Amino acid sequence: MKPIPAFSPLARVLHWLMAVMILSMLFIGIFMASSLGPSYHRLVSLHRPLGIAILVLALLRLTYRLRHAPPPLPNDLPAVLKLAAKGSHILLYALMIALPLVGWGMLSAGGYPIPLWGNAVLLPPILPHNPAVWSWLRSIHTVLAFTLFGLVLAHIGAALFHGLIRRDGVLQSMTGRKTPL
Amino acid sequence: MAAKSTGPSGSALRWLGVAAAPAALALGFLWAGGWLSPNRVTQNRLMGELHDAGSYGQGFRRAHSKGVCVTGRFDASGAAASVSKAAIFHEQSVPVVGRFALGAGQPYVTDNPATVRSMALRFMPKDAPEWRAAMNNPPVLPLRDAQDASDFFSSQRIDPATGKPDPARVKAFGAAHPWLQAAAEKNAHRVITSGFADDTYHSLDSFLLVGETGTKTAVRWAMVPVQLVAPADTAAGGRDYLFQRLIADIHDHPLQWHMVLTVAGPHDAVNDPSQIWAQDDRTIDAGTLTLSAVESEDGGPCTGLTFDPLVLPPGIVASADPILQLRSGAYMRSFSLRSGEKRGPSAITPAMTQAPAAESEKKS
Repeated sequence: MKPIPAFSPLARVLHWLMAVMILSMLFIGIFMASSLGPSYHRLVSLHRPLGIAILVLALLRLTYRLRHAPPPLPNDLPAVLKLAAKGSHILLYALMIALPLVGWGMLSAGGYPIPLWGNAVLLPPILPHNPAVWSWLRSIHTVLAFTLFGLVLAHIGAALFHGLIRRDGVLQSMTGRKTPL
Repeated sequence: MAAKSTGPSGSALRWLGVAAAPAALALGFLWAGGWLSPNRVTQNRLMGELHDAGSYGQGFRRAHSKGVCVTGRFDASGAAASVSKAAIFHEQSVPVVGRFALGAGQPYVTDNPATVRSMALRFMPKDAPEWRAAMNNPPVLPLRDAQDASDFFSSQRIDPATGKPDPARVKAFGAAHPWLQAAAEKNAHRVITSGFADDTYHSLDSFLLVGETGTKTAVRWAMVPVQLVAPADTAAGGRDYLFQRLIADIHDHPLQWHMVLTVAGPHDAVNDPSQIWAQDDRTIDAGTLTLSAVESEDGGPCTGLTFDPLVLPPGIVASADPILQLRSGAYMRSFSLRSGEKRGPSAITPAMTQAPAAESEKKS
């Protein structure tokens, strides 16, 4: 079987950088959304710029991805798994872009100022002030975050399935390792 | 280990490897969300405790539920300009949207002068970020952190048999929190004034003012009425008499308060709102608040806002007081809950806040 070529260095850097950012973001989010503790405000203040950074990187990455085809999946991978891989990747991209936008939109609708860094640099609102929309988007933000977390877990499980069970070189195409685990 | 192991035990180990990472992350996620720590004071837990303590909910704020919106302006005196670069301390005629409320969680509660009264303000300077502040009339807050708050609200749980908190639980809270006793006594001995207009409202928490050169000054502040202070009358009025008096006062003449900053002395506790500060601290009269209009919360400009005390402009930063974090998180949660609920009419209706044309004719 022909070995699968690796992702380009830029694609790999974007992937691993965003992996760390998104996982941090999900953990910060779930922690602060339940917290009334001494780190609450610091985490909220970190959550906003990190979310905007993920949004910018996700858009860059999507542009790159649309211009550069990723390495193909192995030929012998069952069609249903190929479909699952493609579908979950589309959903991952959609959520990486939608979650920051929903967060930004919900704070806009809630009439909150949206400091990006410190309290001098503010983002403009992207939705009109409307408390009902704020409440709705606040719930949507949670639902989407749980969905993204679930997808990330499935993604990690699938990557390890390729690396440890099938040993078909798919995991290595993103880690850049030459030899299978 | 053999890289190409295909035996049943090797295969099982590999499957375990596949499952272990997602499982560990899922467990970490549950921990971060508080599901594995039943003793953690979470936002949902506090909302539940407020509910059990008689908070009405149903589209209203979880606390300070009965209120009215007010509008006016703030004029800086310039006296605080050297300690803070915040626009509010430098500018004139800064537009203000505010809210007066009773501290109870019931939007239709009968006015009682002993109930905590609050003034919340949103300052909106033209070319600078806004500032939100929420103040109460007791001088200190007999709570030190989130755990105290959770203990307090659980002690206020309504006993279904009496419709009131169980006095034994209330007493037990006091006994278990001796560090709050001085604050509770100070508040119990405060002067109860005749209404909203002649009351003094305190920041409770401390903040750091940041000057042009980065100097930091720890302060608390109070809104001190220009109106003559009168003691509360012993014969209480009707259900809404405190609000009706405020509405009549504000239609009669604009109401004014001096914003008096108190600079922390060397022995004052900056990060604990339950600690009383020294009597001889330096004060700065930072400017004058003028409130000239009043509206019902039904359609009023303060209803769709939460007065989060951590919405701060450049020139004001939070102290390390844990109660500020508690308020910020709890207000956010209350705001998202109530904004998604169907809400009945406010006790103080738009008809009640109209200019009293008929009333004043009667009087004159």
